[in-house]
Amino acid sequence: MAEAMKIDNLDTEFKDEVLSKIPDANFDLCLTCGTCTGGCPASEQMGMDPRKLIRMLNLGMDNEVLKTNWIWVCSMCTRCVAACPMKINIPALVYNLRANIPREKRPKGILGSCDQHIRTGSAMGAAKDDFEFTVMDVAEEIRETHPGFEDLQVSVDRVGAQMVLNQNSREPVTEPEEMGPLWKVLHAVGADWTYPSVMWAGENYCMFLADNEGWKYVIEEFVHHVDNNLKSPYVVNTE
Amino acid sequence: MRRFKIPHKFELITIIELYAQWIREGKLKVNSDWNKDIQAKFTIQDPCNIGRKSGSNKIVDDLRFVVKTVVGEENFIDTVPNRENNFCCGGGGGALQAGFPDQRRAYGRTKFDQIAATGASYVIAPCHNCHGQIEDIGEHYGGNYHVVHLWTILCLSMGVLADTERTYLGPDLAEVGL
Repeated sequence: MAEAMKIDNLDTEFKDEVLSKIPDANFDLCLTCGTCTGGCPASEQMGMDPRKLIRMLNLGMDNEVLKTNWIWVCSMCTRCVAACPMKINIPALVYNLRANIPREKRPKGILGSCDQHIRTGSAMGAAKDDFEFTVMDVAEEIRETHPGFEDLQVSVDRVGAQMVLNQNSREPVTEPEEMGPLWKVLHAVGADWTYPSVMWAGENYCMFLADNEGWKYVIEEFVHHVDNNLKSPYVVNTE
Repeated sequence: MRRFKIPHKFELITIIELYAQWIREGKLKVNSDWNKDIQAKFTIQDPCNIGRKSGSNKIVDDLRFVVKTVVGEENFIDTVPNRENNFCCGGGGGALQAGFPDQRRAYGRTKFDQIAATGASYVIAPCHNCHGQIEDIGEHYGGNYHVVHLWTILCLSMGVLADTERTYLGPDLAEVGL
């Protein structure tokens, strides 16, 4: 028979630590209603769910909470906190649990993608020269072989363009022809756009890694480039 | 930018809002004539980041406007639930590279069932994580749908989709306009 927990002197070290970072996370307001779990597709995976995670945190079960890999199954989709009557910030807890793991011990795939993004501007590791080459190559192909697009213009770093468009690194690296249709739409409406060469890829693996410094660095570089070099008034997020 | 309080001069907008604006302005001339006889059925994935996490339904409502215009309102079947209340597909947050594929696919079962319930043969997924995950769970659970980006359907409607740009189309649409 399980031994009952003594709750008079709970040591909720990790809860206190997270609350000091996000005071309005509202962890103490949990009524254990389970609305979060009821709408969470990650519930039951690894025997964990949002309600259990908060309960364990509030009961000071730091050993269990800090060890669960469920934090990598949860996608931080925020459906739980959106439904929660007390607006308890479970995704922020998950993020902080991810950040609590030593960086090099977080999932290799995510770690690698974040590092590649910091180094090359894209999570798949394609540097700006490769990106630019591929883009120009595909654009040339379209001009030569797709009727009606003989004057299709695609640019990287065109100063003064109205819009800067990010590009998910998947297309240029694995399926470059798939960039074409969006260019054709932009061409059809006469859009004044360009690609950025700095932090050109639209994905955000440093956020997934819960690497605040990496995340901030990627964004800062991008913002600096757009505001100071390209001076474009709009940044367009791709599909 | 908000999180780290990074000041910026530019305004951030999604391509989906632009598609909707251009259609309304008459700059993007698309319609659903190409699907009048085929009547291929489409549903939508509401990506968490542009739906629920954007704070309003403006972008996903624009998404619906674009899709209904391009495929025909009668050929669009919404998921239940949808918009800000949609279920995450389970591909975001790094899940595709987190190294827990069994759990990721179990997570995705909810999304698979949602799509299957619509009976649609195409899912428009305007998010790379969603696109990858929904394709993967389709293969894993034996789905009868194809996953496409909006740009594919927009070009199909305009009659400018080349044969090299049809990787994601199913056999029913692969030859349209060729």
